[in-house]
Amino acid sequence: MDMAEARKADSLKSARYERLRLLARSWTFMIGLIIVLFWAGCALFGSALVPQDPFNGDLLNTLAPPSADNWFGTDQLGRDVFSRVIVGARDILTVAPLATILGTILGTTLGLITGYFRGLVDESISRVIDAILALPLVIIALMSLVALGTSNTTVVIVIGVFFAPIVARTVRSAVLSERELDYVAAAQLRGENAFYIMFAEILPNIVPPILVESTVRLGYAIFTVATLSFIGFGIQPPSPDWGLAVSESYGLINGGYWWTVMFDACAIASLVVGVNLVADGIQGALES
Amino acid sequence: MTMTDQTATASTGPAAATDALVIRDLDLAYRVRGKDRQVLRGVSLRIGRGEAYGLVGESGCGKSTAALAAVRYLPRNGRVRGGSILVDGRDLFKLGGADLRHLRANTVSMVYQDPGRALNPSIRVGRQVAEIFTLKGLPQADAFRRAAEMLRRVQIADPTSVMERYPHQLSGGMQQRVAIAMALSINPHLLILDEPTTGLDATVEAEVLDLVAKLRGEYETSVLFISHNLAVIARMCDRVGVLYAGTLVEEGTTAEVFANPRHPYTVGLLRCLPRRGRRKDHGRLDTIPGFLPTPGAVIPGCVFAERCGLATDRCHQEAPPLHDLGGRSSRCHYHEKASELPRTTPPELSAQTVVSRDGQPVLRVEKLNKSFGTAQHLVQALRDVSLELWPGETLGLVGESGSGKTTFARVLMGLTAPDSGVTLELDGKPLAGRVKERTNEALKSLQIVFQNPDSALNRSHTIRGLIDRSLRKLTNLPRAARLDRLIALTRAVRLADRYLAARPRQLSGGLKQRVAIARAFAGDPRIVVCDEPTSALDVSVQAAILNLLAELQNERKVSYVFISHDLGTVRYLSDRIAVLYLGRLMEIGPAERVFSGPHHPYTEALLSAVPTIDGTAPERVRLKGEIPSAINPPSGCVFHTRCPRQLGEICRSQEPPLLPGAEPGHFIRCHIPVTGLAVDRRELKPAQGAAE
Amino acid sequence: MSFSRLLLKRLLLSVVTLWLLSLIVFAGAQLLPGDVGRAILGPLADARAVANLNHQLGADRPLIVQYLDWIGHFVIGDMSMSYTFRSPVAPFIINAMLNSLKLAAVAFALVVPLGIGGGVWAALHVGRPLDRLISVIGLSATVLPEFVTGIVLIMIFGVWLDWLPITATAPADADPFTQVYYLLLPSLPLVFVLFGYIARMARAGTIEALDADYTRTAVLKGLPRRTVLWRHVLRNALLPTITVIATQMGYLIGGLVVVEVLFHYEGIGSLIYIAARGKDFPMLEAGILSIGIVYTFATLAADLLYSALNPRIRFGAVE
Repeated sequence: MDMAEARKADSLKSARYERLRLLARSWTFMIGLIIVLFWAGCALFGSALVPQDPFNGDLLNTLAPPSADNWFGTDQLGRDVFSRVIVGARDILTVAPLATILGTILGTTLGLITGYFRGLVDESISRVIDAILALPLVIIALMSLVALGTSNTTVVIVIGVFFAPIVARTVRSAVLSERELDYVAAAQLRGENAFYIMFAEILPNIVPPILVESTVRLGYAIFTVATLSFIGFGIQPPSPDWGLAVSESYGLINGGYWWTVMFDACAIASLVVGVNLVADGIQGALES
Repeated sequence: MTMTDQTATASTGPAAATDALVIRDLDLAYRVRGKDRQVLRGVSLRIGRGEAYGLVGESGCGKSTAALAAVRYLPRNGRVRGGSILVDGRDLFKLGGADLRHLRANTVSMVYQDPGRALNPSIRVGRQVAEIFTLKGLPQADAFRRAAEMLRRVQIADPTSVMERYPHQLSGGMQQRVAIAMALSINPHLLILDEPTTGLDATVEAEVLDLVAKLRGEYETSVLFISHNLAVIARMCDRVGVLYAGTLVEEGTTAEVFANPRHPYTVGLLRCLPRRGRRKDHGRLDTIPGFLPTPGAVIPGCVFAERCGLATDRCHQEAPPLHDLGGRSSRCHYHEKASELPRTTPPELSAQTVVSRDGQPVLRVEKLNKSFGTAQHLVQALRDVSLELWPGETLGLVGESGSGKTTFARVLMGLTAPDSGVTLELDGKPLAGRVKERTNEALKSLQIVFQNPDSALNRSHTIRGLIDRSLRKLTNLPRAARLDRLIALTRAVRLADRYLAARPRQLSGGLKQRVAIARAFAGDPRIVVCDEPTSALDVSVQAAILNLLAELQNERKVSYVFISHDLGTVRYLSDRIAVLYLGRLMEIGPAERVFSGPHHPYTEALLSAVPTIDGTAPERVRLKGEIPSAINPPSGCVFHTRCPRQLGEICRSQEPPLLPGAEPGHFIRCHIPVTGLAVDRRELKPAQGAAE
Repeated sequence: MSFSRLLLKRLLLSVVTLWLLSLIVFAGAQLLPGDVGRAILGPLADARAVANLNHQLGADRPLIVQYLDWIGHFVIGDMSMSYTFRSPVAPFIINAMLNSLKLAAVAFALVVPLGIGGGVWAALHVGRPLDRLISVIGLSATVLPEFVTGIVLIMIFGVWLDWLPITATAPADADPFTQVYYLLLPSLPLVFVLFGYIARMARAGTIEALDADYTRTAVLKGLPRRTVLWRHVLRNALLPTITVIATQMGYLIGGLVVVEVLFHYEGIGSLIYIAARGKDFPMLEAGILSIGIVYTFATLAADLLYSALNPRIRFGAVE
């Protein structure tokens, strides 16, 4: 009897390590992780390590193609593109994660409440959420930022607040399936109050989908911040932010000055793909 | 034929060249995460022409895998490591694609569990059946005609209208009939049935099994019947093979194997079952110690040795061969001593108390009604249910789907509010309809054990946390006293201390259910509602839980409301029994009386529908039609549409009152007085009985 | 519930959603900036000029009155006057909508077959390298912001290779084929974004259908593989994809803003952008509400289509 039980207990403990091992073996996850860590490193330490000043350019050396001195060339103000690309990671990797955290916290609370109470509370809040989600984030953000004025803080708040309904939807459906399980009824039969049931009973069980959702949201946060910066409603000059840099220089493509835009575009692409590979990997690991 | 012949299974006669199915030394594994997990080990069996062979075993024994292997429909990671399968004399694994399709279209058919999922939800039923005929080249119109014929053969009354419908519009029983029609329409040589009636109501199950038996006779099909239910196998099959951990441990005719088993596992399994007439006062059920081996474990020696009371060192080291016992076989070194398997649980009980009904009942329910829905679409799940429960007694609640027994449990617990007008009393004090309005006293006195422990235990909490939380909310004990109480509870349910730090997913089903029971008893309850507490567990584990419940009742004088669809377990544990049909209480009385009669016509039919291992079931009472929908219940007596003893007008128009039955405390809701019910159904005049 | 009752209920819900949307848009545009006149004239303007402007615009009336006035006019097609252009908003919106719909149509025509085909194909080879490839490509393409893909595509196909025009607007009276030719490049960033979702949904749906019991029944009947796939698997696999396609409208519309700005296309996206930049509130509100309407009706249509095609909902449980 002991041997069989012990074996079963062991096999389940190793299941957790197996998941981590599986994750490590997934090469898409690892690639994504490396990319994200690289840019995170740039965001944290970039300004200390870049070869040249990203903010002040040599006006005698504008629009120089990539060379040994300027690996990525220089832009229309003579600034070293390479340094700008490295430092450009900082703002987007501050704004996007903060917005994601805000959205996740708000959304989880909202999702728990609507999923647990259902009835009128759920119906009315869901209608409002549906209405909000009828509009694409970029457009809502646009409208709000016109009204509130654009700064890093307002961007964080606007994106965070409008992520909340999306997160809430996922959380709500996870809560709805948990709610059917008997342990919720068992808790009610002990006389537990709603608050306890939502946060101490249900929440620990829905952490996996919340985790997946927030990593996916992070990808979209980066996507949205970059897009907003591109159309002028995101990160403001003189930040070397990538989206901003693209918007400042894309008119120059026709003239053949591709390096002013290409590297920033690739930086955005790599970060966003990296985050999503990580998110995908986590989702795969949690599903198995 | 190869050397495996000497250990080959016994056949019913000289080896026929075209036995429907021959499996030889089949070794099958699933590849999981790069490692092979052995599921079937050296399985050999033979099914002759027209023979019905039952493959029985608990969950994880590999019986479904064997079935899938026989049609070569293994999942992507399934690997045949050795052995062969011959269907109709042809080597299954050597068939090419076209040949395999031909085999499936003409020779072998399969019917499996959950017919609702087996049918395509987006295609009309008629087309799905006709498809089989169009595959053979018949034009559309002919194919549909043949399909309708086939549906008529499976006793579907109005085939054309059924063919117009989509699967979800049919009841479970009807869906399974369609599946059987599809399977038999090719007149197969081999019909494989994998748990075809699990999940169906008892009366519906009986109908489906009757149908299969009848058609088998007409078509002379060989049948491979797979089930965990020994009684069903006993009823349907000529021969049986017992599968344990992927190994065939015993084989023989059903009569012989079940009457005189020659393998310790079979012996143990049969002892676990509450046989007809056994009750808790007669003694405890025996159990099989230990756990099923984890799938894929490598076991030197006999697969059952770890749990076998007769095991010696030899058993642990040397795998026993299949011993041919002349017409049957057993894979055990000590097969002649199998019946001497020592009991795991001593049969004696501590002093059994007699339930006294003199004082106040611990629970009183009067005029309980529960309806759902709006005024236009009113569904009455419970109607005018009144009953009492005394301290220390078990009230068994039986009924099929739509009977309202689950709703009753929920209303009793306060999870659903009853309609107004009901009187609920707990120990003489009024009991609030909603759980939120109940006093602490009420909360701890009335607890529940749910069917599925995976759902009932929060998987993120530790076992200790689960029980401790109940103690905190239901008692006022200070910390130290709580700890003592916790240990006492785990001891009472025989849960080892080392599990306290574990999470539910690390425990087996039986252990989890013990935790659930410990939790229910945290506040020293007066009543525990047991909602199908053993239905999700394996047979060998069920017995242990039933024993535990009986013991706890004995010690603490707690009352149970025991809900189950399994009449054997209900009979074992219950002092009194209530029978529900479409939300109405049809009969209530002492357990033995309800079982032996005279009883309500529905109870009579229900009891006759349950198969028994020794084949001593009463003659089948066939009920017409399906269980009516609760949205539109029949007028008068709700059972009149199917009742074989229907009197006529009075049954159609008037709902019968609860009349006294054969002894005090026994009540039957029927227009026929109990003296009339005592008359054997077969002696009834045609005008009185419903036509068969 | 009968089907027509279902239709009515969904329609009603959509109307409620739209009404809530109008409130949100109105609140956003009117309340957030606080003083409309101030927002337009800037912080340095004279207080009296601001008050005058507010009175002219009707912004000093009670909010309820302003809202009712606005929504009342909107419903009959009068979307008031643009601050920037000093002419009715409605014609701009309608024209822009039509243009955007053309672009969206081209994008959908490309992405739906690609996405469904890719997803189903991946599912048929699940676990194998082809499946991983399609999944990773789909995943990566989805998250690339449209302006990134747009610019890279412009550089490759427009500037270096010169295969496709980089403005989206064809000459005034061009025939449909030429119009589509011009819209090809701008539609590609949208195709990239949508491909991932649709492919993923189609893949998941197909895998689920392949593993289902009813597929096993079909195979065990002896039906050839192609019949099983086309008759039994696909209709169940692709049903959920329908709803997804409609919700993609949302992402599509969001992408329109960027793509239209990038390619200088006069669609609703660039209209909204210009209105936002110029603080032209009537144009902004009308544009956003119009988008909301289109999206709500697209989801309604998809929802109803799904209900009509799913026998479980269409016919309900009878017995």
